[in-house]
Amino acid sequence: MDKNKIIISHSPYLWKGFSTAKIMYLVVLALLLPAAAGIYFFGLYALLIIIASVATCFLTELAIKKLRKKRFRNDGSAVITGLLLALIVPPRMPIWMVVVGAFFSIAVVKEAFGGLGHNIFNPAIGGRAFLAICFPTQITEWIEPTYFRLDAVTTATPLSPDFTYPGTQAELYRDLFFGNTGGSLGETSALLIILGGILLLALRLIDWRIPIFYIGTVALLSLLLGQQPLFQVLSGGLMIGAFFMATDYVTSPVTRNGKIIFAVGLGIITVLIRNFGALDEGVAFSILIMNAFTPLIDKYLKLKTLGLQKKKEAS
Amino acid sequence: MAIIRKKGIFAGVKLPENKITEEEPVKRLPLPQKVIIPIQQNIGAPCQFIVKRGNEVKVGQKIAQSDKFVSAPIHSPVSGKVSKSTKLVNPATGALLDAITIDSDGQDQWVDLDSILKIEDIDSWEDALAEIDRIPPKKALEKIKEAGIVGLGGATFPTHVKLSPPPEKKIDTFILNGCECEPFITSDHRIMLEYGQHVLLGLQIIKKILNPSRLYVAIEDNKPDAIAHMNKLLEQMGLDEVDVVSLPSRYPMGAEKTLIKTILGRVVPMGGLPMDVGVVVNNVATSKAVAEAVLEGKPLIEKVVTVTGLFGEPQNLLARIGTPISALVSHCKLRERDQYHIILGGPMMGLPISDLQFPVNKGLNCVLIKEGYADDEQNCIKCARCIAACPMDLMPLKYPELVKNSAYSQCSEYYIANCIECGSCAFVCPAHIPIVGYIKTGKKKLAEK
Ligand code: SF4
Ligand code: SF4
Repeated sequence: MDKNKIIISHSPYLWKGFSTAKIMYLVVLALLLPAAAGIYFFGLYALLIIIASVATCFLTELAIKKLRKKRFRNDGSAVITGLLLALIVPPRMPIWMVVVGAFFSIAVVKEAFGGLGHNIFNPAIGGRAFLAICFPTQITEWIEPTYFRLDAVTTATPLSPDFTYPGTQAELYRDLFFGNTGGSLGETSALLIILGGILLLALRLIDWRIPIFYIGTVALLSLLLGQQPLFQVLSGGLMIGAFFMATDYVTSPVTRNGKIIFAVGLGIITVLIRNFGALDEGVAFSILIMNAFTPLIDKYLKLKTLGLQKKKEAS
Repeated sequence: MAIIRKKGIFAGVKLPENKITEEEPVKRLPLPQKVIIPIQQNIGAPCQFIVKRGNEVKVGQKIAQSDKFVSAPIHSPVSGKVSKSTKLVNPATGALLDAITIDSDGQDQWVDLDSILKIEDIDSWEDALAEIDRIPPKKALEKIKEAGIVGLGGATFPTHVKLSPPPEKKIDTFILNGCECEPFITSDHRIMLEYGQHVLLGLQIIKKILNPSRLYVAIEDNKPDAIAHMNKLLEQMGLDEVDVVSLPSRYPMGAEKTLIKTILGRVVPMGGLPMDVGVVVNNVATSKAVAEAVLEGKPLIEKVVTVTGLFGEPQNLLARIGTPISALVSHCKLRERDQYHIILGGPMMGLPISDLQFPVNKGLNCVLIKEGYADDEQNCIKCARCIAACPMDLMPLKYPELVKNSAYSQCSEYYIANCIECGSCAFVCPAHIPIVGYIKTGKKKLAEK
């Protein structure tokens, strides 16, 4: 055998083949469910926002990798960021602003930190936070679901103090559950987000601890504060945040206990912001705050290796 | 005597099995024209050659030894003449290793063996077992030592040392390890099916030496024929005190620490050995060698090696130690590819070689040739799949990062020494990070300090 045909590399020589790109594109698939709900409730303009956001994220990453002479991998992570950002902006956000936000998400929140795996904050939420600072009015302009009509009626989101609902409570919950309410493009339909979340769980793409403990903490604290837990859980971006954003691998802790602490922390901060903060809605900021704590949680929650306890007992 | 079923209680991974040579009976490889004998074939003290160029040797003649306890002598696998001394690259460390070449005279002339009985010729188990009973344990240990037997599962730890635990370590359980959890490898499986008597006589000898109260033969449930065969033989031989344990085929079941945890629920302390929890584990091939050494007086000069992967005729071969891998490879008809990985051992823990002249040695149980691919390492996405897969409850994702930053001492804070290098973490890593490579570098750097 010809010697230069032989490759020397480290074991193992078997690979499961479940690559980063496969994981990311499966997440994209799950995200298409809330995206579809967004288009259904808010019309073709929502589709336009989604396309603009995804394209900007993708092209920004491509351009930055090329500029830095690094290999661009179509690993799907930029597509996820683009989709997520589109789903958490108001349904009539001007397209150019969406483009600015998407650019910021990738260029600053992700690539400036070193790209996928090195970013501290969730890029989509970072982008949205940037938009909130630059365009404080547009980021809070909510409309009632238009379906495919063009006229838009402004409204308040369910969590806003000005929110009123004409129907019965059962009807309110029905609307919240199916998504027939004011809010960000893709956050209103709890049903489709949960379906997407179930898909993620079934494919073992996310750890159940984060969504369950996050939603559970919000429900419990709301109950203690004398609020309707179901209402609190179904409104605002909690569902999409819990299933699709807090579960981002890169910006959440790696250990199981770390994930629980992270999720409980998210729940507490969300409820605090909703009740005592200046904002109606606390999901995005609580995720950013807990993202910042993630390196610390991972640092102090080391796993105890098999036999460690035994060794301590012996000595 | 019973078949006990156990559930897996460590993380690990489910692997594709690829046991393509499972049904291939062990065939004897024709005698090689020359053998190459590396000086170090065991963990512990290296030997010194006691033959020189030009010396005539017979099969089974001792050609290297050491006066240290943790060592095992080496015997000539062929009859012929020592023709030269050479150097080989040790695939585990990259260091150069002394070796000698012996040209075979094709006669296969053996030294006189101190034989008590021939295992093939046994017709009454009762008599054979009585014969074993008559051998003083000290004598049996001495014969095991003199035969140069080491852990044949790949660990190459001298067997007589393992079977001589210090008196303060009370051994209550012996596990005969028939788990072959690496994909592709079938040598132990075939040994259990074709040399089952040898294996169980070896078990009986070990029992006399260690005197444990519980004995198990551990086999994964992907080898139901081996489980049934072992159970039947135990019955025939009347070894009622031995239980067969059927284990789920989860990787790395065959590793001592995971095996002990699964069967006995005991946890070997970090940095400790199975004897710290009263257990000794030996592999079935080792047990076969023990029987042949003690009963037939035969030193360790040949091995069953699975030759598998990209071959037209993958097989299980009984090869003399020292046979160049090239002889096994051409015997099994390698298929053409542009790039190859040549692996000594299985795909999960095997070592790569680039020199086909490298010989079969005591620790080798498989030659695997796979289509080669270049590394394609991506950024860690902190998905924690490696953590979920690690049987030792480590945080594998930390090591690549720390080793890249030369932060070796921090690797110890993450208990790098407790890693058994099983490769489960790298197998599941979506970013295709060669985590084990980083771990090996980290351990090496820590040892240098
Ligand atoms: S499996 Fe790979 S990508 Fe995932 S956390 Fe471990 S090292 Fe990182
Ligand atoms: S860290 Fe070590 S013990 Fe754990 S899975 Fe990786 S190689 Fe195996």
